[in-house]
Amino acid sequence: MIQVADLRKAFGTVKAVDGVSFTAHDGQITGLLGPNGAGKTTTLRMLYTLMKPDAGSIRIDQVDALAQPLAARQRMGVLPDAKGLYKRLSARENIEYFGRLQGLDEASLRRRTDELIAALDLGEIADRRSEGFSQGQRVKTAIARALIHSPANVLLDEPTNGLDVMATRAMRRFLTGLRDAGHCVLFSSHIMQEVSALCDRIVVIARGRVVADGTPDELRAQTGNDNLEDAFVSVIGSEEGLS
Amino acid sequence: MKPAWWTVFRKEVTENLRDRRTVINSLVYGPLFGPFLFVVLIGFVVSQAGDRAERPLELPVAGAELAPNLMAFLRQNNIVIEQAPEDPEQAVRDQDQELVLRVPAEYAERWREGRSAPLELIYDQSRQFTQQSVLRLTRVLDGYGGLHAALRISARGVNPEVMRPLAIVDRDQSSAQSRAGMLLAFLPYMLIIGAFVAGMYLAIDTTAGERERQSLEALLINPVPRSQILIGKLAATTAFALTALALSLLAFLIALPLMPVGQTGLDIQFNVTTAAWAMLAIAPLALLAASSETLVAAFSKSFREAQTWLGMMMVLPAIPAVVLLLNPVKPTAWMYWTPLVSQHVVLNQIVRGELVAGWQFAASIVGTLALGLFLAWLCIRIYHRERLAISV
Repeated sequence: MIQVADLRKAFGTVKAVDGVSFTAHDGQITGLLGPNGAGKTTTLRMLYTLMKPDAGSIRIDQVDALAQPLAARQRMGVLPDAKGLYKRLSARENIEYFGRLQGLDEASLRRRTDELIAALDLGEIADRRSEGFSQGQRVKTAIARALIHSPANVLLDEPTNGLDVMATRAMRRFLTGLRDAGHCVLFSSHIMQEVSALCDRIVVIARGRVVADGTPDELRAQTGNDNLEDAFVSVIGSEEGLS
Repeated sequence: MKPAWWTVFRKEVTENLRDRRTVINSLVYGPLFGPFLFVVLIGFVVSQAGDRAERPLELPVAGAELAPNLMAFLRQNNIVIEQAPEDPEQAVRDQDQELVLRVPAEYAERWREGRSAPLELIYDQSRQFTQQSVLRLTRVLDGYGGLHAALRISARGVNPEVMRPLAIVDRDQSSAQSRAGMLLAFLPYMLIIGAFVAGMYLAIDTTAGERERQSLEALLINPVPRSQILIGKLAATTAFALTALALSLLAFLIALPLMPVGQTGLDIQFNVTTAAWAMLAIAPLALLAASSETLVAAFSKSFREAQTWLGMMMVLPAIPAVVLLLNPVKPTAWMYWTPLVSQHVVLNQIVRGELVAGWQFAASIVGTLALGLFLAWLCIRIYHRERLAISV
């Protein structure tokens, strides 16, 4: 479970995140929806402790992420916006490297790598150098290395960016699988359709603030729109930066 | 469980050993180019000089018929008299001839009268090796002059020693090995540069390179202190620099005995023991090279930018070596404590076969390690900065 309260971050005079609060529960997919530049990536970066918030609190399964960043990171699997791989290492080596940094012993590392390679359908490319992987193969490898330590909480920043239709569908199935296994899944997106198709709970962010937060039904009721996408547009106040 | 820095170290080494460009630059070109160039160049110069000293000097002489006795004396001294060109000055300017001797018309007459007889040497001093031929001819001519001076003086009943108030005896205190040390004076320079060249690619690849490839953010999200990650990266860069230094010394060890220095009376004592001491003296520099290069690369946004900065920085380690090469001074205490300077001084003493005092060795190692560790600490500080991880 991820609990965020009154998170703030400014770069110079620009308030990138200006008082964001929400909770992402276990066994649910929570979507962070907002136009480009709304503060989604900055919020996530503070969650996975890459950035220090100016104010606010973050709890990952009751661990204070600001006081104990290493313990918090152990409970999170993160697919950041930057999904670069080590191109001179094979997919398996890329995954194992992160597993070792997570502190896995060699036996469970091997077992878990094989599990993820099977689950993400990476078998064919597992022992090929990642140089020359397609975007979909790269993202899948990056997800595998993020989940190598079986984290309870999974954070993904625009996971379907640059993926084709097939890969996007596979990604959605994978996220649903994680939810059904009881994980807390939090992902950001600027694609309304994706968020409405996947999420149990939606947090809409605009200009660094939470403008709506609830289940799809609650959002529809709150705005009086039957169509979820119309509801998004009405809470954000503009269609700009969405798709 | 292995410490995190070891995991990072192993991965960086594996990954970079798979990169042909890095391996060629760091472990082939860097460490081997210096010894190769050194042996070829010095070998060429030494054998040229040796050849020229032993070969008969071919000397075109204008007006040889005016001085038959002098010509006979020159022939006795391994000089081959040749026909002079029509216009000796023009021939020298055109580089057809190196050195021409002209016996002017008045030579014979003045010689007979017992007055100074003129001889003209025509040459171009700006040409390589000309000075050597001129020196050789002048010596022979001086010998001829001295011989006849003594004869003329004793014919007048005076002891020829009157003309030599000084009797100079050379007592050169250099040993054959220390003279060879002059030849090896730029070995320290090559090793120092070698360490920096070898570290450069890894320093860039592990920092600016990782940022550019967009994998740094994911790496830093792992539950590992950033200091551990950076220590692993620095260790990998240092290991590459150390390997390059060892290869470089090994190459010198193999190549130096092949050099034709025997005929010059020099004795190059560069054996396994010397090489081992040299390695010990230069090893701390590997850490300094790694941490200073990582520091610069960590500030850079891209591989290219880092490469530009480090290319410019390459001049720095060379400065003390070049200054000491051109202006050798007696080493003083501060030099042994100063990184880069101390390696140059200590290595020089080693190749000259001089004893390096224990404190000198210790000062060099401690001074260099201290600066290396300080810069490593600065790198770790930079890696804690928030903006570093953000790739774009």
